[in-house]
Amino acid sequence: MRIVFKTDYMQDLRPWKDGYQLSLYLILIAVAIAAPFVVDAFFLGELTNVLIWALAGLGLMVLTGHTGQASLGHAAFLAMGCYANIILIEAGVPFVLAFPLAGIITGVVGMLIAIPALRLHGIYLAIATMAMSILVDDIIVLTEPWTGGVGGKYAPSINVFGLMIDRWGTPVEFYFLTLGVTILVTLGYINLLRAPLGRSFIAVRDSEVSAQAMGVDVARTKAISFGVSCAITGLAGALMGLFAGAFNNETFSVVISIQLLMMIVIGGLGSIHGAFLGAIVVGFLPQFLSIAKEWVGAVIGGSNVAIPGLEFGIFGLILIVFILFEPMGIYGRWLKIRTWFELFPFYRKDMFKRQKSYLKTERLR
Amino acid sequence: MDTLQLLISGLANGCVYGLIALGFVLIYKATEAVNFAQGDFMMLGAFVTIGLTNTDYMGLPFWMALPISIGIMALLGYLVDRFVIRRMFGESQTSVVILTIAMGFVIRFVAGVIWGHEPQSLENPLAGKEVSFGGLVLGMEDVAVIVVTILLTWFLYEFFNRTKLGLAMQGASQNQLAAYYMGVPVKRVQGFIWALAGGVACIAGILFAAKGAVDPNTGLLGIKAFAAAVIGGFGSLPGALAGGLIVGVIEPFASRYIAAGYSQIAPYALLLAVLIFRPHGLFSQVRVKKV
Repeated sequence: MRIVFKTDYMQDLRPWKDGYQLSLYLILIAVAIAAPFVVDAFFLGELTNVLIWALAGLGLMVLTGHTGQASLGHAAFLAMGCYANIILIEAGVPFVLAFPLAGIITGVVGMLIAIPALRLHGIYLAIATMAMSILVDDIIVLTEPWTGGVGGKYAPSINVFGLMIDRWGTPVEFYFLTLGVTILVTLGYINLLRAPLGRSFIAVRDSEVSAQAMGVDVARTKAISFGVSCAITGLAGALMGLFAGAFNNETFSVVISIQLLMMIVIGGLGSIHGAFLGAIVVGFLPQFLSIAKEWVGAVIGGSNVAIPGLEFGIFGLILIVFILFEPMGIYGRWLKIRTWFELFPFYRKDMFKRQKSYLKTERLR
Repeated sequence: MDTLQLLISGLANGCVYGLIALGFVLIYKATEAVNFAQGDFMMLGAFVTIGLTNTDYMGLPFWMALPISIGIMALLGYLVDRFVIRRMFGESQTSVVILTIAMGFVIRFVAGVIWGHEPQSLENPLAGKEVSFGGLVLGMEDVAVIVVTILLTWFLYEFFNRTKLGLAMQGASQNQLAAYYMGVPVKRVQGFIWALAGGVACIAGILFAAKGAVDPNTGLLGIKAFAAAVIGGFGSLPGALAGGLIVGVIEPFASRYIAAGYSQIAPYALLLAVLIFRPHGLFSQVRVKKV
């Protein structure tokens, strides 16, 4: 049992609660920095992949987890960030400039798209963004002179202050690049949530009407949330493109959008941890499945059969189980376990029980 | 005459979209939830019927397999509600949406394991027959699709507006708590509507499999049906059919008259336009939200 005594006001304002929590995160960062010297190249690639997914998850988390606007179209912004980055690099812009520019371009476009989309609520917004995600495939083909269409594009090695970085040639450097971007974005995210803007995101999520009553400009808040979300997603897309090496119109399909949304739900909506935990599940599930398949094959004695669609089937099943039994995701489960330990003899089963609610229609006739 | 032929085939396709959209609207109207797995339900219904009818599988006579498979799908719809959706009672729409998307993934996987990934067609007595009037040649299946869809829409429309159960469903959707006070067994009503949606999905699947071939990914057609439902306005049954017909008719005409590459955009572009200019569909039911 551990009690945090609050002795000064800064404790409520600081991003971390106390020295103990801060040291935990510092240890985590130290482990992440030490990782390339311990694990082999294959596993390092997987780690990089997880970090990129986590970054994309952070992007969607701003919009869905903290502003409450479900988007089924974030693969569109991944694609936009990816193509913007590569096209700028090919035009001769150095990577150090092209990368943030890709994020900014995606953010601005996202904000522009948000303006009509803001009139839509809940399910309609999800459908509109999904339609957008489907359209992106065709748009990439139609704008072939810039995007390379069906033939796709290849990511060049990038030059960061004279250091050539390539996903295959120098995986360690690429890992550090990804890690650096992820840490910076996460710190920015934590700060955003402490700022008035982040608070107004959460207010809009919890109740638009009350937020408006408290003086929050709902439309503006949603538009900014869309912009921030798309900018982060754009950065993730740029890294994803560099990581994949080659991509075309089918790389960022609507399935990626859906997977991204499912990922943050499994991780835990409305928490930064959730994006990372979800990314770990998404990143390692294929590896885990192939190991499990080998193991099952060895036990049954049959040959290693390929089952198409297995990954998505299992993924869907995990998601159903989570939504039914742990709607707050992995992070929610962890919170409960942690609270149990922190309050050791005093934890009660109903502490996290949600209020029973009844649904009312939005159609009034 | 060419245009007319295009129109008819578009209408027949549109009817299938309309039928899936009907499933969406049924569930939305009665439970305020959106079933993203409706397209996969349709695919499953088609496969169940194929499994019962086709000579490769059980080889039952077509007219006997028909009610059995509709019954199976209705039962499945009920079970899905009983064991999955009912636990989500009163939760936000978004979580139900994500849940049904995940369900769609699982259904697609299961269907792939049972029936394989090859496209299969339903053996049916109407196959290959044609009717012609006035120089217009129509496949018997197309005619059947159109007739069945219109009858079904009319039946469901009357059911919702005239019967006690239909009204109870509307009440349950608009305000669950108030419906309880009025003595509506909200949960049982929900179970019934999911069964109904399962049955409708099965009919759509049968018609689709009779016209063409299904494979586990056919369920993704649901996205187009989704566009149809939105274009028609989510809460309206005739709207869903109209939306389906609009999408179905636009498709062949777009691919005929618009340059390749732009044509497949047409339904989605229409969807976005409708969402931007009439956010609640062409046959809207929404009033301004009051507090």
